[in-house]
Amino acid sequence: MTSAEWVERAVYAPLSEQGPAPKEVVVGFGFWLFLLSDIVIFAALFAAYAVLSGAVAGGPSGPELFDRQRVFTETLCLLLSSVTCGFGYLAVQQRRAAPAYLWMFATIVLGLLFLRQETAEFAAMVAAGAGPSRSAFLSAFYTLVGTHGLHVTAGLAWLVVMLAQLATLGFEPMVGRRFLCFALFWHALDIVWIGVFTIVYLGAH
Amino acid sequence: MTLGKLSWDAIPFDQPIVMGTLVVLGIAIVGLLLLITIRGWWSYLWHEWFTSVDHKRIGVMYVLLALVMLVRGFADAIMMRTQLALAAGGAQGFLPPEHYDQIFSAHGTIMIFFVAMPFVVGLMNFAVPLQLGVRDVAFPVLNNVSFWLTAAGVLLVNVSLFVGEFARTGWLAYPPLSEIAYSPGVGVDYYLWSLQIAGLGTLLSGINLTTTILKMRAPGMSYSRMPVFCWTALASNLLIVAAFPVLTATFAMLLLDRYCGFHFFTNDAGGNPMMYINLIWLWGHPEVYILILPAFGVFSEIVATFSGKPLFGYRSMVVATMAICVLSFMVWLHHFFTMGAGANVNGFFGIMTMIIAVPTGVKVFNWLFTMYGGRIRFTAAMHWAIGFIVTFVIGGMTGVLLAIPPADFVLHNSLFLIAHFHNTVIGGVVFGVLAGYTYWFPKAFGFTLNERLGKAIFWCWVLGFYLAFMPLYALGLMGATRRMQHYSELSWKPWMLVALCGAVLIFIGLALTAVQLIVSIRQRNLHRDRTGDPWLGRTLEWSVPSPPPPWNFGRLPQVQTLDAHWVANHGGSNAPAAPTTVYRAVRIPRGNPTGIFMAFFAVIYGFAMIWHIYWLAILGLVGGLIIALVQAWRPEREIEIASEEIIAYESGVARGVA
Repeated sequence: MTSAEWVERAVYAPLSEQGPAPKEVVVGFGFWLFLLSDIVIFAALFAAYAVLSGAVAGGPSGPELFDRQRVFTETLCLLLSSVTCGFGYLAVQQRRAAPAYLWMFATIVLGLLFLRQETAEFAAMVAAGAGPSRSAFLSAFYTLVGTHGLHVTAGLAWLVVMLAQLATLGFEPMVGRRFLCFALFWHALDIVWIGVFTIVYLGAH
Repeated sequence: MTLGKLSWDAIPFDQPIVMGTLVVLGIAIVGLLLLITIRGWWSYLWHEWFTSVDHKRIGVMYVLLALVMLVRGFADAIMMRTQLALAAGGAQGFLPPEHYDQIFSAHGTIMIFFVAMPFVVGLMNFAVPLQLGVRDVAFPVLNNVSFWLTAAGVLLVNVSLFVGEFARTGWLAYPPLSEIAYSPGVGVDYYLWSLQIAGLGTLLSGINLTTTILKMRAPGMSYSRMPVFCWTALASNLLIVAAFPVLTATFAMLLLDRYCGFHFFTNDAGGNPMMYINLIWLWGHPEVYILILPAFGVFSEIVATFSGKPLFGYRSMVVATMAICVLSFMVWLHHFFTMGAGANVNGFFGIMTMIIAVPTGVKVFNWLFTMYGGRIRFTAAMHWAIGFIVTFVIGGMTGVLLAIPPADFVLHNSLFLIAHFHNTVIGGVVFGVLAGYTYWFPKAFGFTLNERLGKAIFWCWVLGFYLAFMPLYALGLMGATRRMQHYSELSWKPWMLVALCGAVLIFIGLALTAVQLIVSIRQRNLHRDRTGDPWLGRTLEWSVPSPPPPWNFGRLPQVQTLDAHWVANHGGSNAPAAPTTVYRAVRIPRGNPTGIFMAFFAVIYGFAMIWHIYWLAILGLVGGLIIALVQAWRPEREIEIASEEIIAYESGVARGVA
């Protein structure tokens, strides 16, 4: 039973009485729950940042450190990578290998560009004596932004694995479901980044 | 090659209590391993249990783990009670402060994370898919991984007893005490890493069960036909998904403080220790409902079954459960009224705390009205339920007392508080899981537990509880504080002695639990459950044989009402027509060793991080990654069970030969 057939049967009785959902629905739903839990982790880190953002302990503050120009291009890279990921997932759904590889490759390049700018920002700040041990504000900053960066890194590694799965296993249902989860994950990172961009960088004053 | 902070000094050769335990435990473990080897049980254990992805087996392993850790946690408890019965006036007792501090920290940590949690998760794992009328949880392999990650946390906590030390910070490790400046040893690191690893397992299990309940119910089982235990399990697992990430994030911040010199919760450089206390209780308060809601569910099943009546006020029970689920996130500050939030904030949280008692009160009345007019069978499980109602109401009322901020200023961190939360956790959660263990044991193993011993265990626990904790209420009002290794006030000593007597009575209850298990196994042919329904139950788990086949239901049930099993068997005109017996082949997932290998590398990683052996930590991470990749390429292997086999099994059961 496909998920479309499953939903169709709801004409005759409520969806809640249709019996166990098809695997695609179950996997997607479970992964949504995982993403929600991940977003709760970020919520805690955002809360910590909000509490500590003023605790500069005599050290540098946000406006002195942040380069909004760089953050803007960084943001563009990540948002664009979400678009390419979306097209890539459509190609996977249509079982078209060439565009799938192409769009996902573009996603990897854009993700790497994002990471390159983030690491450059961190390196410059550390070189200027504004490392995470300098103040509570900086501890919270590196943890929040760095956790997002780690998620992007993990996501890229996952995408490489998925492309290897596509190459070795082809368009198996299992591979398709994992691409679905990956696409959800990648979009969720965008949502978190919008929060980071707004609260950390635009909110710095 | 470097071993980080690890050296021979880490092993406490000079402490006779620890060394004695090590010797006894060592002999017991070696003996057990020898027995398994001699009897040739390894293959059976590996294939049928350790790598099993069957939710019933995983549930049983969780419960076994919880029972073993209950003994460990109780050993800590009785040591504390003995110490306090001795250390009055000038006497110092037998536990020096630095050891006593580790014991109360370990007791709390173990009892919450490694007894209550696995017991509750185990019962939910076992019963929820059966009650929902389905063949397994949503993600069976992940379920096995969750279990083994919890076991990995358990192992690390127990290693801390013999290699190094455990935290001396209390069970929630408040900073700045838990910061590296004031706790430079490995104790806090043992605490943090074992809970991070076990917490990941809990989170995955929460996602798994939530998905199962929301997406995997038998045809016809709408939300309003779900057994109440499934509803409470849903609420509990939603809370796990929403609250455990906060714990993970908070511990991650404390780890960064300790390992990388960050300043989240330090006294200097702008750190804010109060933020830790807010964050940890933002997890901690939902956590108490994660534990108690499934216990409420167990009692709802038991009270309805043994009163021979449908549960009174099913809908109000569901609404009360979900109300508690939401409200549990709005009361966390009542754990630290005295820590400077101000009168208005305290007032708000005090009122919220009183409000959350309302849905709980609704539940108590529902249980009472279910019993009212019913034909009550006083089984051991029903004893637990009645004992629970009485005890929990007392605990709830002292809780409402503590919810009044001015009263809390007097009682905060006194033994009154200790008595209150043991009143709710023992009278609620422990009674609940032991009731569930008694209730579902025949479903898991095909024979009931010895009822006489079951009732004796109940009386030991309930009387032991009152003896052990009622004196603590009095002591708290007299000014005795928690986490106190000795005291000069001699008039407290008689109360402490009574409390020790209570602990001894509970010990007898624990010992009888082991006796009951052995006796029941030996008498299993006397207490065989041949019908699959030893208690005249109401929900679907009683419609399948005991123990259920690996595929649970040969044919998924068509649910038309609440209490589907009862209505089908005793429902008269409402009973559905006899279903047509068409069986199709069933596919169930094969066993999978990913979980146990993952846990192996998790233990290596955790141990290496605790002792700062970074090369080994990297090795552990790489190992875990490789296991994940192997799993990613493992084909989805399923065993197909032919319809003939299912028919043969079910007709065999009907004839009573299976």
